[in-house]
Amino acid sequence: MRDIFRGFGAVFYKETLHVRRDFATLFFSLIIPLLQMLLLGYGIDTNIRQINTVVFNADGRRESRELLDRLKNSDTFHMVRYVNSDAEMNDVIVGGKARVGIKIPVDYSDKLLHQMSAQVLVLIDGSDSSVAGQAINVTTSIGLDESLRRVLLNNAPFAVEMRPKLLFNPDSRSPNFFLPGLTAILLLNVTTFLTAFSIVREKERGTLEQLFVTPVRPMGLLLGKLLPYLGIGFFELLLILTFMRFAFHVPIHGNVFLLAFLSLPYIFVSLSLGILISSKANTQSEAMQLAFLTILPSIFFSGYIFPRETMPKVFYVISYFVPASYFINITRGVILRGAGIHHLWLDGFALFAIGAFLLIIAARRFHKKVIMA
Amino acid sequence: MSETPQNTNGGAPGTDPAISARSLVRTFGKLTAVKGVSFEVAKGEIFGFLGPNGSGKTTVIKMLTGLLPLSGGDATVEGLNVRTDSERVRERIGYMSQNFSLYPDLTVTENLTFYGRIYSLSARRLKNRMQEVIELNGLGPYLNRLASQLSGGWKQRLALGCAMLHEPKLLFLDEPTAGIDPVARRQLWDLLFELSSHGITFFVTTHYMDEAERCGHVAYIYYGKLIADGTPNTLRELPDVQPPGTIRVEITTPEVTRALARARQIKGVRSATIFGQSIHALIDDHLDLEDLRLQLSRNGTAVGEIRPLAPSLEDVFVELTYKNQANSNHPEAAPEATEAKHA
Repeated sequence: MRDIFRGFGAVFYKETLHVRRDFATLFFSLIIPLLQMLLLGYGIDTNIRQINTVVFNADGRRESRELLDRLKNSDTFHMVRYVNSDAEMNDVIVGGKARVGIKIPVDYSDKLLHQMSAQVLVLIDGSDSSVAGQAINVTTSIGLDESLRRVLLNNAPFAVEMRPKLLFNPDSRSPNFFLPGLTAILLLNVTTFLTAFSIVREKERGTLEQLFVTPVRPMGLLLGKLLPYLGIGFFELLLILTFMRFAFHVPIHGNVFLLAFLSLPYIFVSLSLGILISSKANTQSEAMQLAFLTILPSIFFSGYIFPRETMPKVFYVISYFVPASYFINITRGVILRGAGIHHLWLDGFALFAIGAFLLIIAARRFHKKVIMA
Repeated sequence: MSETPQNTNGGAPGTDPAISARSLVRTFGKLTAVKGVSFEVAKGEIFGFLGPNGSGKTTVIKMLTGLLPLSGGDATVEGLNVRTDSERVRERIGYMSQNFSLYPDLTVTENLTFYGRIYSLSARRLKNRMQEVIELNGLGPYLNRLASQLSGGWKQRLALGCAMLHEPKLLFLDEPTAGIDPVARRQLWDLLFELSSHGITFFVTTHYMDEAERCGHVAYIYYGKLIADGTPNTLRELPDVQPPGTIRVEITTPEVTRALARARQIKGVRSATIFGQSIHALIDDHLDLEDLRLQLSRNGTAVGEIRPLAPSLEDVFVELTYKNQANSNHPEAAPEATEAKHA
């Protein structure tokens, strides 16, 4: 049994030396994810506020101004222009200066006074669906609210009142949602690249061939290479979490140790993936291309950007084969929802299984391709 | 099917050979890179394995070291079958590849330590062996230097040191002197002779004929077939190289090209080639040397000395290659025909 890992200690010793010697590479591979996090963390805000809005108030009396104030106070609309004709309003929207146009007709106040239904025209630029959706939601709910208050005079209570409450991320802060997911992507980046490169470099130098003339066994070689990078990946994770917690003030609701523990199988998967890549690639640039190939599905199919549940069936099935899916579930679970091991053990196990599977394939490929080539 | 080419070196009697290759065949898809190669290397020998680029030298090494499975034939290395026992074969041999596979970002000591651990040497044995290897290879002054900062000759010594740390009885050196300066080459060979005197067997590939001359046993592989195998001296006397009734002469002349053209017209001159400032010619032995000089200078060519010459190994391989080429144009001819039976 000890024999199939033969050479592990020697390779581990050598690999830690490589890492120490090449400190610059290590430093940059650790620092770059933090920079990426900085950019994405500050740059992405999915909450829609202050939509540029053009107003044509043909009425102009108190009731119409009150309505406009309520719209303004919703924080959704930002009045950029006040115009005096339909044509002008149209022009502003077509020109892209405003995404929403609100027209209050001449008889708005008169109709309200006569207990008749008054109409307000809301033109919405549909080219950005999330902006359009937000504009529709806010305008209709303000309209409904306005009508109810006029029907139920003297401030009688509403018959039914819905009180939605956002759990786990009450302020709907984007960093809270994005950064736990980003952790998975960044970690994948670092560990997969580092391992793939460390092996492909040996191919380029011819030292791998040399190793295969020694009694070292493929498993000993691969594990010896994998373990130092597991350490680095783990350190990177802690760095990212610290950064997320203290630079972006994302509160960690669950147990940090659980999160750290469950990240080990994920790092293991990333490393195995790196080894698998290196069994195919013969040069560092080939390895780079293959590694990027694995990054894309991790971004798009893992639920990092698009919720997995709303994906077309095919992509939803694919997402089960993307390791990042499981880890994003783990990070969001622990960080945002405070989930425990009994919620997440299956994800951790799935990651471990995928990692072991990939590593076995990689070891076999090494045995066949590299030794026999 | 597989011929045993002029094997004049059966190895020391009574001991098992270090390497015994029997009809080795290796195919890559439709290409047959090694076509039934057989030879034996006796223990303690320096075996020179020669041949043009792409002729199968490295493939044979890879088969003997367990890097490549055999497509056909059989081989034992240090008494172990490479087909079934490659694991143990690897523990007993050392291998130094063409590009001295060292880790450039590791120091001399670290490179040595790594290879020592790969072979599972105990801490004490590793320490002793490192001391010996460092002394033998003269690496002492460079222990803390990165391998990348060593010159070619020192890289080669370090690579050799790494390959012999576990005290293999047999070392494969694949073009150990490619790209190394002449002084370092000479030093390496001195070292090989010293180690060889301690009973270590060497399997060396090279392109340098002067190195081949130093080997106790040489073999020449030409496009997958072994066309010569023996000591340098026996090869020189092969009938193919030195057909009966011919002698080889060296003609010194300041006008080599003109003399060559003239020489080739003379009856009784079988072949002539330029070697620096002289011409090597194979002539019928009834041709008088003075007569040859007279004929050569007939068109005004200045001719210096003409003297008999033993063929160099280069002559040997050139002759054998020509014979082999001529033969391969006539596939029905038995390959054995080119390899004259040793008398």
